[in-house]
Amino acid sequence: MSTVTLTVNGIEQSRAVEDRTLLVHFIRDHLRLTGTHVGCDTTQCGACTVILDGRAVKSCTILAAAADGSSLMTIEGLAKGGELHDVQKAFHECHGLQCGFCTPGMIMASVNMIERHQGVLDEHTVRHELEGNLCRCTGYHNIVKAVLQAAQKYRGEHGVAAE
Amino acid sequence: MYMYETKYHRPKTLAEATEIFAGCESPAYLSGGHTLIPAMKNRLVSPDSLIDLRRIPELSGLSVEAGRVVIGAATTHAAVAGSREIATAVPALAGLAGSIGDVQVRNVGTIGGSVANNDPAADYPSAMLSLNATMHTERRSIASDDYFAGLYTTALDEGEILLRLEFEVPEIAGYAKFRNPASRYSLAAAFVSKHRDGSVRVAITGAGSAGVFRWLEAEQALSARLVPAALEGLRLDPNDMMNDMHASGEFRAHLAAVMTRRAVENIGGVRID
Repeated sequence: MSTVTLTVNGIEQSRAVEDRTLLVHFIRDHLRLTGTHVGCDTTQCGACTVILDGRAVKSCTILAAAADGSSLMTIEGLAKGGELHDVQKAFHECHGLQCGFCTPGMIMASVNMIERHQGVLDEHTVRHELEGNLCRCTGYHNIVKAVLQAAQKYRGEHGVAAE
Repeated sequence: MYMYETKYHRPKTLAEATEIFAGCESPAYLSGGHTLIPAMKNRLVSPDSLIDLRRIPELSGLSVEAGRVVIGAATTHAAVAGSREIATAVPALAGLAGSIGDVQVRNVGTIGGSVANNDPAADYPSAMLSLNATMHTERRSIASDDYFAGLYTTALDEGEILLRLEFEVPEIAGYAKFRNPASRYSLAAAFVSKHRDGSVRVAITGAGSAGVFRWLEAEQALSARLVPAALEGLRLDPNDMMNDMHASGEFRAHLAAVMTRRAVENIGGVRID
């Protein structure tokens, strides 16, 4: 057992957990933030994607203890004051989800992608950088649309040229 | 299935790490953990202790100086892929790093973990062998030709820690990979380097039945002329290739030769399929 402390969506959280506790279970079972999902056994599906110290990672393949002292953002940390984050809005407007199971992971990966590229994204790059996130419902088309729409909004707000 | 209980350690120094290792019954070193954690989740391995090496200073850093590249073992694939120095000095290595797994995996997986594990379908072993890298551990330095010793096997002794990978900047290098469409590991991949002394080293991964290997015949042909045509008529022996549910030995022998040709066609860069 170890005490694991992370800053989660801006708030410091500490829990005593078994060392074998995966970060995804720390988030879901100990912090009761169940927006992050467990979708596979093989580190492939990305439904568990969160942003750890500014990087999109698969929380099912990281021990909570290994993330001790880090800062974490989950899907619950995106909306502010009851208003959806721009990426969430884009997924909604572009019908980028059906069952919604992959969606938190898709959104966290997309938030991180847009920031890393400063909103300068094309379809090819979006598809390539979402290779770590699998969706069984949508065929990805509207997910890509949603990311590109949110990226365009980001460029507009940050005064970034398209190229 | 959940992994068995283990004890997590986060040593701050090399001495602390080796001391903890010596005191445990079945310890394992942990870097990015994107091979070890999945293996533990499937209960294929169950170390009683995990010793996280990532914060030890000797494993950090990335430099290109005076024609030599030095990469700390704890450097993530994303860092190598995104490094401006690597992109300038050995673009094929940056391209290789950028082709591993996916964005999330690249943010956590490390070169040290990959090279210490020596998965027969991993990318980095082919680069290190082709670039004639030296593996520096806390005990000694090992040349790549002496380091890779078979499937998931290296020259590392029990408890030995990889600190840095070092190699001379090649004159030019190329990498071509054909991925299994499901797992995205290499069915076959080739890293071709032409060195400043004129020698060429061709390292094949994903295909060999004993892991990464050098294709000596191709090296001889390409050091005469570094052009795809030089490889015409050269064949790999299917009996030396891996034969499994993904591909036969014949398929891999042919594919590895095609990847070698593509690496030469794309010399100075990569081609990832």
